[in-house]
Amino acid sequence: MKILVPVKRVVDYNVKVRVKADGTGVETANVKMSMNPFDEIAIEEAVRLKEKGVATEIVAVSVGPTAAQEQIRTALAMGADRGILVEAEGTEPLAVAKILKALVEKEGPQLVILGKQAIDDDMNATGQMLAALLGWGQGTFASKVEIADGTARVTREVDGGLETVALTMPAIVTADLRLNEPRYASLPNIMKARKKPIETMKPGDLGVDVTPRLTVLKVEEPPKRQAGKKVGSVAELVDKLRNEAKVI
Amino acid sequence: MAVLVLADRGETVSQPTRSALAAAQKLGGEVHVLVLGAEGAAAAAKLPGVAKVLVAAGDSMALAEPVAALLVSLAPAYDALLAPGSAAGKNVMPRVAALLDVQIISDVAGVEGPDTFRRFIYAGNALATIRTSDAKKVMTVRAASFDPIPAEGGSAAIEDAAAAANPGVSTFVGAEIVKQERPELTAARVVVSGGRAMGSSDSFKILEGVADRLGAAIGASRAAVDAGYAPNDMQVGQTGKIVAPELYIAFGISGAIQHLAGMKDSKVIVAVNKDEEAPIFQVADYGLVGDVFKIIPELEAELDRK
Repeated sequence: MKILVPVKRVVDYNVKVRVKADGTGVETANVKMSMNPFDEIAIEEAVRLKEKGVATEIVAVSVGPTAAQEQIRTALAMGADRGILVEAEGTEPLAVAKILKALVEKEGPQLVILGKQAIDDDMNATGQMLAALLGWGQGTFASKVEIADGTARVTREVDGGLETVALTMPAIVTADLRLNEPRYASLPNIMKARKKPIETMKPGDLGVDVTPRLTVLKVEEPPKRQAGKKVGSVAELVDKLRNEAKVI
Repeated sequence: MAVLVLADRGETVSQPTRSALAAAQKLGGEVHVLVLGAEGAAAAAKLPGVAKVLVAAGDSMALAEPVAALLVSLAPAYDALLAPGSAAGKNVMPRVAALLDVQIISDVAGVEGPDTFRRFIYAGNALATIRTSDAKKVMTVRAASFDPIPAEGGSAAIEDAAAAANPGVSTFVGAEIVKQERPELTAARVVVSGGRAMGSSDSFKILEGVADRLGAAIGASRAAVDAGYAPNDMQVGQTGKIVAPELYIAFGISGAIQHLAGMKDSKVIVAVNKDEEAPIFQVADYGLVGDVFKIIPELEAELDRK
């Protein structure tokens, strides 16, 4: 069984992003970039399925700038077998889903594992959209995945607890935080990953129109909270909450 | 303009659903509600400003694939399809959008016009205003950004929704729902949260004493959840729940940006932390530097003294 894992190049999660002064977006020049943390979890799950003998090949895909090769290399160092880079910038989840659909039709995987959301646009949509376009079942926000007899049993994190669904394969899974703890790529594996192949293409090669549907009119700093004050004791705190803020 | 709002499942109408309805009413035009499962119909019919309640009964209504198929079959009659940004809404709506060849707009935090919306990006560190060119709008609504409409005051007509074919690619196996005697986290007026400094799942429970006295829901930071101190549905943050209570008390939470994304719209924030440099103090209205294990019993005693 082949597994396809899409990975996204995003601003590193530890970076405190700054809104550009002209309101056109967020400063991304000279900012540390990394693989989206949820995508690391997706790669890790695919590698574990391969280690269990469930999967035979893992293809890591990124839709992004040329520099997204770095994130594909990271995926290869974690255990993916080869990479595909589709060079396109500023693509929305719908366009990415269409690109991924074309790749799925080309590659024929039985399972696509994505992260549940990217930490830049916070959309939480690409996996569901890909499942829709392919007509496949979806196991979103997965905290456990079991593959057996042509079925993917996915335990999902929902409001209030957990839920389990059984999906006829091929299927889509999106990884939640607690699915696994991603491994670090070891130095020998990073060296080996340099020799693994990465194929590069454009959305046009796949016949996909990536024209955005959304226009960003402006990006601004969220309203700032007023600076608060430190109190010296519990009694003072409760007094302030009762008599000044009047919230208890 | 006609708008269809997908309600969260349940006998009562959830607060996030009522926030989604507030957003729907801002779009203007007639608002209809789609309820999954017959038990929710009566409560939905009482919602003020709702013209019609559509009821879709059946076992498959817990699954994204048949629910999305149903919404797509109803879509021709509507200009916009909305759902609360709950786990259920986020599961279904992007699927609906793709089937309609529309770009989903997730977690809408403001309605500026019929095609112009605001939403947070980068863990709440930037606020984007966007315009969609899609004729039909499909979106989920950030509950914390809209005051929920009242639960009662209307009397809408109830109709059965015409059934749509189940794609038959999924089956529901079961659910394991955490027993909650406290208010629901996203709807609570007061939230008491604990972080890694709580030290263990046993000592995390000392938050219950404060929560009981304040009628609060209990939340947790990702660090506390990852360490196993609290179940993951208690997580507040970018990847957990987004809350905006009147009072949020953070015990032993450093205040990473991912956590702040989930609570910085709270009306009053109180931080208790022994590290006076912790970033949480930069957003807290009232900060108290000290050991949570000393402060919590003192706080309980003080709250008991009327």
